Amino acid sequence: MPIIEIDSLTVDYRASRGTIRAVGDVSFRLEKGETLGLAGESGSGKSTLGLSIMRLVPYPGVIVKGQIKIVGTDILKLPEHEMRSVRGKKVAYIFQDPMTSLNPVKSIGAHFVELIRTHEPNTNKEEALGRAKNILNVLGILPERINDYPHQFSGGMRQRIMIGLAIALNPDLVIADEPTTALDVIVQAKILDLLKSLRDTYGMALILITHDLSIVLERCDKIIVMYAGQLVEQAKSIDIQEKPMHPYTQGLLRSIPNIELADQRLEAIPGNPPDLLNLPKGCRFNPRCPYGMEYCYKETPLIDLGRGHLVRCFLYGG
Amino acid sequence: MSKAEIKRRILGRLIPGLTSLAKKGPSGWMIILGIVIVSALVIMTLFAPWLAPYNPRSLVGPIRAPPSLQFPMGTNHLGQDMLSRILCGGSIMLQVSALSVLVCFLIGVPLGLFSSYVGGIFDRTMSLVIDAVYAFPSLVIAIAVAAMLGTGVVNMALSIAVVYIPSYFRIVRSQVLSIKELTYVEAARAAGAKWHTILFRYVFPNVIPSIVVVASINFADAVLTAAGLTFIGLGVRIDIPDWGWDLTSGRALIASGAWWVIAFPGLMIILLALGFTLIGDGLSELLNPKLQR
Repeated sequence: MPIIEIDSLTVDYRASRGTIRAVGDVSFRLEKGETLGLAGESGSGKSTLGLSIMRLVPYPGVIVKGQIKIVGTDILKLPEHEMRSVRGKKVAYIFQDPMTSLNPVKSIGAHFVELIRTHEPNTNKEEALGRAKNILNVLGILPERINDYPHQFSGGMRQRIMIGLAIALNPDLVIADEPTTALDVIVQAKILDLLKSLRDTYGMALILITHDLSIVLERCDKIIVMYAGQLVEQAKSIDIQEKPMHPYTQGLLRSIPNIELADQRLEAIPGNPPDLLNLPKGCRFNPRCPYGMEYCYKETPLIDLGRGHLVRCFLYGG
Repeated sequence: MSKAEIKRRILGRLIPGLTSLAKKGPSGWMIILGIVIVSALVIMTLFAPWLAPYNPRSLVGPIRAPPSLQFPMGTNHLGQDMLSRILCGGSIMLQVSALSVLVCFLIGVPLGLFSSYVGGIFDRTMSLVIDAVYAFPSLVIAIAVAAMLGTGVVNMALSIAVVYIPSYFRIVRSQVLSIKELTYVEAARAAGAKWHTILFRYVFPNVIPSIVVVASINFADAVLTAAGLTFIGLGVRIDIPDWGWDLTSGRALIASGAWWVIAFPGLMIILLALGFTLIGDGLSELLNPKLQR
């Protein structure tokens, strides 16, 4: 059974100026031990997609239709109190900014105790602290520092603690929302490797949300590229690396700097992402696309190229 | 349980508590000093009937006599002994300030917490009502409420509380508004915490330092407002010795050079306010992990 199965998920923000479709008709599934990379620029709906898996889309966001199954249970049908036992226990979320993700007045140990006892009320404090120390050990943080407060740790350490909190209850799925954006490049690699090794040890599924396609390519099994709330391409990581199909994905890959080609000019995708309240007709990438055709102003089909490779573009049929 | 045992039990808790406070560094010492000042004043007030050399309400000497061996703090314009009045006069102040802070705390803080956490129309309405109260000059509204409720310690405390509840409410509300948007609150929600856990374990502890500051200002101000209420006859009966009353009634005597009539009650009020402020500041430092080490 897949850990997570999402079927035609659609999330709207009902703003006063109009309705914004932040996530339009996205479907995917993820097996145990797999990593999904969710790539796209700011405002493409990737974080909203992540949060809707926890049913935590901020106001005025609404999940309009679709199905989210976590290990077989449709969480959109669960009452709120049962949903709480999914959050943290079955699905854990790692937030972008480690500097503000920990409660400044509570020690690290207290964070672990609070989390463990929320979901396992019978665990006593000493036992929970013992488990927390083991986790800190795995993360490469001295267990003696369990009574220290968040401000006494560096950004990278805090992010590791956040990861520790995420895996503390051995969840089925961990969603990491740009876990390395606030960190420097060296720490970035360490954090991502840590996530990967934890995924292998604990056998969980991992969703890595990022705007940096280069990070996603190396470490993910599957990749979903989103643009303006739409899934534009979904494929295995290798396929995207070797043969990106959608013009947007191609553009993204060309804009990754290559250290071996020092005199190469970095290419950027011309134009800006569209105003979500005022979307272009047809394909949303149309105004920036080098291959734009007349058809593109009508519908945009999602084309199945086989091997689980989906692309939303007329260039490949339809 | 015998008296000796009760004493041993109290000391058995108190002494380790104080020593552990002392180990916390300067903020611990501030709290200890504050506790010492306030409890000294409380003890003084409790034992005043035995300590006072004269009856604080009787005319015992010449009017406006300067400090001497017979009257160590002089006498006032009615010929009452100031030392006896100082010793006995803390009772009203202590009761009123403690009670008003307690009432404010119990009403203002939960109101602010819920209002901003719940948000929406409830929050709008609450803010409007509270701001309307806040817009009045504080002494005027205290006088108005005291006039409605009548005199007495409890009514005085309540009328001071009405003045101060808006400060608590506004401070707590604005703090919660910013704290509830922080990532660790979102993270707590993502970890499956219940709303009351989030409110009381994640949001509230981060608001405490600001509340403590308001409370220590409130304590000091309650002392002065209480004095003002007594002065216009809305406090307690005037024949009950009270620092606030002595201070305000003694103001008229400054011109005649009788400094002792206001200096000593003033000093006592300052001392009391200082004690409360020390406890408040010490607590706010102690509760802030960033300032602790």
